[in-house]
Order: sequence, then C-alpha cells, then structure tokens
Amino acid sequence: MTTVLLLLITGVGLGALYFLVASGLSLIYGLMGVLNFAHGSFLTLAGFLGWEVGRRVGDGSWAGLLTGMLVGLVVGALVAAITELVFIRPLYNRHIEQVLVTVGLGLASVALFEGIWGTDPIQIRLPEWLGQTTDVLGANIPNDRWLLIGSAALVLVGIVLFLQKTSYGLVIRAGVENRTMVTALGIDVRRAFTIVFAIGGAAAGLGGVLASVYYGQVGAHQGTSLLIYAFIVTVIGGLGSLSGAAIASVLVAVIQQFANFYLGGTGDLAVVLALAAVLLVRPTGLMGKVKH
Amino acid sequence: MTAILTVRDLRARIAGQQVVEDVSFDVAEHGVTALLGRNGVGKSSTIKALLGLYERTGEVTFAGQRIDGLLTHRIVQQGIAYVPEDREVFGQLTVEENLRLAERGGAPNRGIVAELFPELIERAKQQAGTLSGGQQQMVSLSRALMNDNRLLLVDEPTKGLAPLIVGTVTKALEAAAERTPMLLVEQNLQVVRALAHTVIVLSGGRVVHTGPAAAFLDSDLVHRHLGVSTDQEAA
Repeated sequence: MTTVLLLLITGVGLGALYFLVASGLSLIYGLMGVLNFAHGSFLTLAGFLGWEVGRRVGDGSWAGLLTGMLVGLVVGALVAAITELVFIRPLYNRHIEQVLVTVGLGLASVALFEGIWGTDPIQIRLPEWLGQTTDVLGANIPNDRWLLIGSAALVLVGIVLFLQKTSYGLVIRAGVENRTMVTALGIDVRRAFTIVFAIGGAAAGLGGVLASVYYGQVGAHQGTSLLIYAFIVTVIGGLGSLSGAAIASVLVAVIQQFANFYLGGTGDLAVVLALAAVLLVRPTGLMGKVKH
Repeated sequence: MTAILTVRDLRARIAGQQVVEDVSFDVAEHGVTALLGRNGVGKSSTIKALLGLYERTGEVTFAGQRIDGLLTHRIVQQGIAYVPEDREVFGQLTVEENLRLAERGGAPNRGIVAELFPELIERAKQQAGTLSGGQQQMVSLSRALMNDNRLLLVDEPTKGLAPLIVGTVTKALEAAAERTPMLLVEQNLQVVRALAHTVIVLSGGRVVHTGPAAAFLDSDLVHRHLGVSTDQEAA
C-alpha cells in the first residue's frame, strides 16, 4: 500500500511536469493546427535562464528558486510570442511549412544551448527542503513533487480562468472549435495565436525551471526529452483539449511509474502501448473534438 | 439598379480543385438577391470566395471599395455579415457566448434577438451544441443580425428545418432585408419567392441567368436550370 501511494503521488508529480509542457502544445494545435516542435526549446531556454538568474539571486535558496520560476514564466512567454510573430505568422495557413520551421528551431536551438552552456547537464543547488521527504501514510514522498503538483495546479486554474473569463479566452475556445467561423465573425484570430503561444510558452518555461528541480540538473536536451512525452500526452488527451491534457498527463506519468516499478523498467514501453490503445479505440484522444 | 456588391470574373479553388469558374454578378443595394442553382454548382463556394475563405481571383467591389485582397475578418469588418450553411454555431459555447463573440463595433443590437427569437434569451446559458437545428439557426442568424451591417450573405438558412421554423426564419430574414441588402442562397423556392426581387442562377460554375425573381420562378427556366417545376415549388 505504501509503495502504491508513493508511486501514485510521484506519478502525479511527474504528470504535473508533463502537463506544463503539454497544455501549451495542445492549445496551440487546437487553435492553429500547428504541431510546435520548438516547444521544448522554450522549456530549455527558460530552464537555463531561470537557473542563471536564480543562482545570482541566491544559489540554493527559495528566493533564487522562486525568482528562477518567475524568470522561466516570462522568458517562455516572450520567446514563444516572438517565435509566433516572426516565424509562424508569415506562414499563415501553411501548416506544413509552419511545422518544418518549428522542427528547424527545435534542432538549431539545442545546438545553440550546447554552444553556450556545454553538452553536459549542469548540477544545480536547491533549497534543502526540496531534497527531503514528507511522510504520507507511511510513504516517504519527495518534497519536490509537492512543488510540481502545486505549480501545475495553479497553472491549470490560471489557464482555465483566462479561457472562461476573458474575451480572448472566449475567442480561443471558439477558435479551437472552428477557427474559420471565428474569422467569419470579423475577429482577427491571429492575435489569439500570439496569446496562445505566449501562454503555452509561459507554462513550458515554468516547466523548464521545475524540470531542473525534478532532475536536479539543467541541460541542453531537457526540452527535447520532455517534448516526446508531452506529444504523447497531447495525443492521448485529445489535441486541443486542456482538460484532456491534464488527465492524460497524470495517466501517462502514473502508468510510467507503475510499469517501471512492477514490470522491470518498462515505463516507456507502457506509455507507447497506452498511446497505441487510445489511438485504436478513440483516435481523437480521450477528450478531443478538434475540427477545422 | 445600384449595386452594393459587384463581382467580376470570380474564380475560386479549394485544395487545387476549381469550385467557382468565372462568375460575375451584382447585388442590389436594397432587398434580397437570390443566388440559385442545382446542388454542387458552386453557390456556397461563391459566397465563401467572396469572404476570402477560399483562395480566389477576380474583382470584388463592396460599396465602391475593392475587398478581394482583404483577409476574411477585414471583409466582415467592412459591414458584411455571414450566415453559413449548416449554422456552424460554436457547440461548446453557450448561446450567450456565441452572441457575445459575434458582437462588432460599439453598439450591437441585442434587442433584435429578443424581438425575433425570444426563446434564445431563455436559453442564454445553454450550450449551443445541445440546441435543436432550428434554434441553432436562430443563433446563427442572431450573430449576423445584431450588428450594424451593410450586406448580409445568407447561405441555405432553411436547410433541414421543420416547416414551422422555416416560417420563423423567413419572417426574420424579411425583417432584416428591410434594413440591409442580402445575397441569399436558398433551395426552397417558396422562400425565394417570398423574399427575393432578383435571382442570379449558376450552372456549371458560371452565371447563366439574371433577372426578376417572380418572372424567373413563373417560367420554364426553373425547370431548365434548377431541375424542378413550378408545381413542385408550390408543393
């Protein structure tokens, strides 16, 4: 029972990380029809810059970490918005070219990060509490999982409130359902594209800093490896569905944790099998209803 | 006849396929101009091409200004409202959200929604996807009619609706046409007879007839171009 609880909560913690990356991917695809392969770059750059600023504020301190998280949010949002304005917008309605640009950015940025910060991951210092555990019904839960879960929950609530309570949120929800009809109502949907990129980038940026907390290091390939799981989560949850991304993030991570523990480290295989099962039984994903 | 919209040599393609071939016509600045033709002849495609929803060439002039180079949202912002075939309401949004999304300019006329379709007010919080087809058409029409438009493009507004709802929709269109000129695509010739003063008939992707609606509907041209008789229309 203790082991199950440990796997469950650590799985939810990992799922929180997946959600931070997948939420933006899902919204971007839902609204724009673009699979953004540069999303991992937003995460990596925000992770590096968050760490750089955070350690100058206070290496291994809460002030440094919280500053780093804030920097990650801002860097992610800015880089994503600039990417949309400079690289994606000129290719409006040319989805294949848009995807190819994001693939190119994803590949080139990793080389850039390696050039600046080196090819080996850099070990980071964290507040002492994050390295300790908390006893929950006999299970010793690593404290960093609470930070991940809490942050992802706040991001989820923030995005939901934005989508439900603001006029741009209304445009985004409508655009995910039928982008063409939104333009036919006289709305410049391209503004919503930039906002969705910025929101997704901010979440991924925060994810970049929290990924460095989770792994205890920051590296040039962090975004690329997380991006693969984020894509799987996005497809399982249903392209364009935020709630689908949230549910699928937790499902995928928990399946991964349990398979790794009980089935001899076959977590990745279990995730791919889950993806195949969902695609066979429900090709639109758990909650996908995207139509363009 | 003074035209609010002139279309010259309009051609449109979708996924490389030619769907509108060399279409030219005028839409009068008053009343209803009906765009007729058999199924698949390119009526809806013509409207979508006018709005820039399809890749197109040719000259489209609206109230003296060329709009063929504009993006769709810019064309609509000129005062052209679109009621699409199959309603295309946002099913996940509420009725209220559908209407709020469609508001343009400073003073959208919500009063007209209450006047024409009072049941929508009662269903404001209901998800639009759960409405009946007729109610969805009311939402679709309201999105267009509550703004201050200079032209309405209305595509198959009575398609698939029960006779009672057809009457409601026809009355709403009649009231709207008193204020705003309209280009109407419609298969129901009784509705065309009730609303339109001019018809433009498409065949093979081109305009084959333009003239007064009543004269066309009473002639054997109906059978030649639309494949129905005046008896069938009455039925």
